[in-house]
Amino acid sequence: MSRGETQRGSDIVLLFVVRCLLSVVQYEHNELNEHNEHEQLEEKMSQQIRLTTPLTTEDAEKLNIGDKVLLNGVLFTGRDAAHKRLFDLIQDGKELPIDIKGQVIYYVGPTPAKPGKPIGSAGPTTSYRMDPYSPKLIELGLKGMIGKGNRSQAVIDAMKQFRAVYFGATGGAGALIAKRIKKAEIVVYPDLGPEAIRRLEVEDFPVTVINDTKGNDLYVEGMRQYAEE
Amino acid sequence: MTREIPAQEIIKVVKDLCVDANYNLGNDVLLAFDQAIENEKSETAREVLRELKENARIAREEKAPICQDCGLAVVFMEIGQDVHITGGDLKAAINEGVRQGYEEGYLRKSACNPITRKNTGDNTPAIIHLEIVPGDKIRIIVAPKGGGSENMSRVTMLTPAAGMEGVKDFVVNRVKESGSNPCPPTIIGIGVGGTFERSAILAKKALLRTLGERNPDPELAKIEKQIFARIKKLGIGPVGYGGTTTSLDVFLEMEPCHIASLPVAVNIQCHAARHKEAVI
Repeated sequence: MSRGETQRGSDIVLLFVVRCLLSVVQYEHNELNEHNEHEQLEEKMSQQIRLTTPLTTEDAEKLNIGDKVLLNGVLFTGRDAAHKRLFDLIQDGKELPIDIKGQVIYYVGPTPAKPGKPIGSAGPTTSYRMDPYSPKLIELGLKGMIGKGNRSQAVIDAMKQFRAVYFGATGGAGALIAKRIKKAEIVVYPDLGPEAIRRLEVEDFPVTVINDTKGNDLYVEGMRQYAEE
Repeated sequence: MTREIPAQEIIKVVKDLCVDANYNLGNDVLLAFDQAIENEKSETAREVLRELKENARIAREEKAPICQDCGLAVVFMEIGQDVHITGGDLKAAINEGVRQGYEEGYLRKSACNPITRKNTGDNTPAIIHLEIVPGDKIRIIVAPKGGGSENMSRVTMLTPAAGMEGVKDFVVNRVKESGSNPCPPTIIGIGVGGTFERSAILAKKALLRTLGERNPDPELAKIEKQIFARIKKLGIGPVGYGGTTTSLDVFLEMEPCHIASLPVAVNIQCHAARHKEAVI
């Protein structure tokens, strides 16, 4: 082996070692980033408003669009099929299977819980599909709804008239949100599977006020601030 | 020479892809979140983007679905013409893979009768797109598609006089009207040309591209960038709270159409852009 070849050989070894070291540094950097982001999220939480359900009219009235709220206590789940059943009962003058006074309904159809977990991934579904039913429920005392996406004018008007709020949860963050759900049990309509009404016990469940009791809309205001077209 | 591929192998691959796609968000999307965090003007929006990153990390590490809407199972399959599938029916094998993947992976079953709304119970039937191609392999892409963003998608038949400006306006208006509903930041798949149904399939196929991958035709690549720039100005922002990150990318596919028509399809994809593929 000539001297030049030995030199080249050791260069390659050196290059390999440097690359390995760099990838370790890069990996740790990424880990650190994720760690910092986690800390930043934790820090943000301390600036938020904590509320416990059931909510009172005063609770609802003091909230403004854009407020970050951490909900504690009980939430009831319900989406399209469950809403239709509740609405039909009201139309027929029958009693509802759950007392919705002061309660908050979360529009969600979770994934099946893995063994040892209370619930699977559980992010919000799009809310406008519940618009035909919501004004009636608000009139009967529902104080909050959690979902994602725009509400109809009729729902916004009902929130203003009967003092209720619409919260947004981060759409598509189902794995993250599930961490704040400590207990889940089906209370009615088990035949609806993912659409059954569940009673969730939550701790610091993170939501943002989209529509307040004054008729304001975060989607409209937020977009206005950044729109150029 | 024909190559034999047992249906059992297709079942296993489809099953694994269903689970992988639902647990592991693509690196291209994660990188796009990072870029968006850097460029986004709104602090609230940056916070939301950080939550989405954190959500993807939890899903990956805990083997949990990224989103509770595990979608309908959209399956694209390119079958080499020299392949002979043995030991079972191809479509039955795909559906069996979906059934097993959604059951064993603890994924939500979202398929139901359109009118009675009764759930089929196992997330079948899958939405299957088959194509025969040269060769002796099978390429399988599983792209679970959520309902929220699919509901915001549209097909229209423009008049030919509307031209490319008409296409751009239609797409931008669709994104604007969708607002916060489809879980922005979204990815926009656009199909121009073909027939009514072909434009929709083109739009869906466009969504299978890796973020940042431009149409190879420089003219179309330019239009993708122009539409992207206009969407950025809408101000919708991540989950609709306002901001400059409304979409992560815009993909356009174009094919010839009838002399009387200008079909345009816009398929909106939420930020949980899930698609995984394998070659047998």
